[in-house]
Amino acid sequence: MAAHSAHAVAEPQHLWLGGAEPMKASYGKLMMWIFLLSDTFTFSALLVTYGLIRYSHPAFDEAVYGTFHFSQLYWPTPEKVFEAVPFFHGTSLPLVFVGIMTFILIFSSVTMVLAVEAGHRMDRKDVEKWMLWTILGGFTFLGSQAWEWAHFIHGPELDKAATMLIDGKQVAIEGANLVRNPYGPAPFADLFFFITGFHGTHVFSGVILNIMIFFNTAMGVYQKRGHYEMVEKVGLYWHFVDLVWVFVFTFFYLV
Amino acid sequence: MAQSIDTEEQVIAPPQTKAIWMTFWILAALTAFEFLIAFTLHSKELRLLIFASMTIVKAFYIVGEFMHLKHEVKSMIWMIIIPCIFVVWLLGAMIWEGGSVESNKDPNKRVTVSKSATAASESKK
Repeated sequence: MAAHSAHAVAEPQHLWLGGAEPMKASYGKLMMWIFLLSDTFTFSALLVTYGLIRYSHPAFDEAVYGTFHFSQLYWPTPEKVFEAVPFFHGTSLPLVFVGIMTFILIFSSVTMVLAVEAGHRMDRKDVEKWMLWTILGGFTFLGSQAWEWAHFIHGPELDKAATMLIDGKQVAIEGANLVRNPYGPAPFADLFFFITGFHGTHVFSGVILNIMIFFNTAMGVYQKRGHYEMVEKVGLYWHFVDLVWVFVFTFFYLV
Repeated sequence: MAQSIDTEEQVIAPPQTKAIWMTFWILAALTAFEFLIAFTLHSKELRLLIFASMTIVKAFYIVGEFMHLKHEVKSMIWMIIIPCIFVVWLLGAMIWEGGSVESNKDPNKRVTVSKSATAASESKK
């Protein structure tokens, strides 16, 4: 009898408090989708800005500038900038590290769906397991990005860095900031910091949310509630963050 | 009591993860292919086109399968897709505009710029 009443409480509420169910989605889920749509606008504002600024700078052209070197005259070729991998100092491995980061994020997206799937089956143990993997993936990505930033800010060796004119002499630029950077025109570093920074902040809040979800799952909150919809909603956010990275990866690193 | 419900339901439903892993392998393969293109294909325009379309394919799998949008009602699918079409258009339009900004720069200015470029690389050597 007691088990029966537990089931009655466990029934997920299909209707909103107004008594209808727009788009056959729960209130929380639909609001999450609308939030993500608005977040899409924010991110695309950054990417659109990037597209405009990048293509209003000359691209590197071997016929005009000779062999590739960092210079403020043209937009740097991404694979020349992002070619470092931790523990492989001095070896040129273009885009390998961002590639690894992309895989980490896609993989943590998969573990998130697996957590959602486990939630549908009311399998607490599995939800916990997959949430932990997702959190681990998130932290790994954040750590990689921290390394990437540190490396980017530190800049290349001075003999490779772009130069600028100071007192009639061409002086190598040391280290990247928002005003100047050793790779190319100032907006290059500005956009790097803003786009990957904004995305990294999203990953960070995603990890925090995932930890909260994991905690609630471990405490049996959702088991008592009778459904794991919170896992689904936070999952939506996490996939969105992954999706944004797919776009950042393509437009910032590959193109 | 709650414990017994727990175990009872675990027995009922084994995991169904085939579609999820399938999607993962598709995404992984697409990313690997992008890598390959990045180093082998030299036509810039074609590369941009391939990257853009591959990204849209990847977005389709992430949003459709992982975020489950494919299985929602039609009105919701359109609610998400229609605004995004405008966003993609804006991105394309601004990349196009950027190219026009660059090609409309004062040609005289550009000559001096490339001259100082060679001067700079000369002084380095």
